[in-house]
Amino acid sequence: MEWTNTILQGVLTGGLYAMFAAGLSLIFGVMRLVNIAHGDFIVLAAYLALVVTETLGIDPLVSLVIVVPLMAAIGYALQRGLLNHTLGDDLLPPLLVTFGLSVIIQNGLLELFTADSRRLQAGAIEVASWQLAPGLSIGVLPFLQFAAAVAVIGGLQALFYRTALGRAFRATSDDPAVAQLMGLDNAHVFALAMALSLAVVAIAGVLLAVRANFDPAIGPARLIFGFEAVIIGGLGNLWGTLAGGIVLGVAQAIGAKLDPGWQLLAGHLAFLIVLGVRPEGLFPRIRG
Amino acid sequence: MPEAVSAPLLDVRALTAFYGDFQALLGVSVAVARGQVVAIIGANGAGKSTLLRSIAGLMPGRRDAIVFDGEPIGHLPAHRVVARGIALVPEGRRLFPSLSVEENLLIGGQLRRPGPWTLKRVYALFPALAERRRLPSSALSGGQQQMAALGRALMSNPRLLMCDEISLGLAPIVIRDIYARLPSIAAEGISLVIVEQDIAQALAAADQVYCLQEGRVAFAGAAREATREAVAAAYFGV
Repeated sequence: MEWTNTILQGVLTGGLYAMFAAGLSLIFGVMRLVNIAHGDFIVLAAYLALVVTETLGIDPLVSLVIVVPLMAAIGYALQRGLLNHTLGDDLLPPLLVTFGLSVIIQNGLLELFTADSRRLQAGAIEVASWQLAPGLSIGVLPFLQFAAAVAVIGGLQALFYRTALGRAFRATSDDPAVAQLMGLDNAHVFALAMALSLAVVAIAGVLLAVRANFDPAIGPARLIFGFEAVIIGGLGNLWGTLAGGIVLGVAQAIGAKLDPGWQLLAGHLAFLIVLGVRPEGLFPRIRG
Repeated sequence: MPEAVSAPLLDVRALTAFYGDFQALLGVSVAVARGQVVAIIGANGAGKSTLLRSIAGLMPGRRDAIVFDGEPIGHLPAHRVVARGIALVPEGRRLFPSLSVEENLLIGGQLRRPGPWTLKRVYALFPALAERRRLPSSALSGGQQQMAALGRALMSNPRLLMCDEISLGLAPIVIRDIYARLPSIAAEGISLVIVEQDIAQALAAADQVYCLQEGRVAFAGAAREATREAVAAAYFGV
């Protein structure tokens, strides 16, 4: 029962990793941009939620109503004002520019909020749990987090394959030049993709911040978890990304159970094993 | 306004285009009247595709080098040119591989320009596409892909349709089949510009013909008056 519990907790954490990963893979899929600052945007969203909850005195989960549109607007402006100018045949310029952004965000947050660990207070829901069986219970908050991840990934999947916007994303990803001949403005489509990515980041950032302490320096590690979940799941497959997040979460939970110091190591090992055995990931995109 | 009626739909005036330091077009002038079919012929590298890409806005340049329906559009990017009513069927078809046949058509019509062309009309013109609407576009044969590319361009309800080498890599019977549909497209009042390697095919389909040679217009005239000798001289520069 103890192990069942460990694995269950790992699965629930995996949902959060999948959300880190979904925004990352969305951007890479649509415009071949690797956003090194992705983890720092998660932290930025957490701090935005902190400011919103403290000034308005509202619940962190309610603050999503403000933080999600705000992050989406930041994403749109950032893409149009800066990142679109770095895109081209060369992968390196966007990599360098987002690396620079990562440094700027971390130091900006450090300046404004100091290096102290912070946390969003969600009240009674933080410790609430359901008992599934004797000795096996799940926290309401981790469950909500996982449910949110499934909903976000299902929503992205539907958006990509059922809507005109998703069609525009896929067409622009296939052939940006011909997409323009269809009347799609690449600059606008890319900016919408970044807005969507940062909206997902906002949800992930707030849910992270109600469960764990955060400080300005934790972004890069979230980026790594996101990367690993994407690679384990297989590039370009959203449900695969969810599976990748779960594999990573379970590996970390098992590692932590064996020895508290092995949590991160176990996750990285699981990633390396998948990379070695199935470099295309567990569920690679099926190409027609 | 009698002047506007007699003015050409598309007026390309001394158009130049560059790839880096290489000048691909050295002052090309082409006019397309309303309802007319114009063929552009010429050897490989003569600048035919560059001309179409420039008109479509993929290589924006001088504002008044391209005038469409009395408005200068030479400086507009491609997504705004198609909104004005110019569609390009690109060389090599270039369907979107991760979209189904029907999604390819739908994205062609995503600007919702009013006009006669709808999914239903395109399927009526190319019944082979209707049967394969749910398939990925990459599952089509070469000829069907060309039909899908034509249909995708028509879905934008263009006033000017430009086709770049629609016969390239297709069997003669398929080429005849596709060319046989062009009159029903032109019957909707759409002007056509076709770039072709197959000179006989181009001359048979067109009212007016331009022959490009090394980035210049070497011959221009009515298609039925273009003699073999005149075209050969312009084509090869002899």
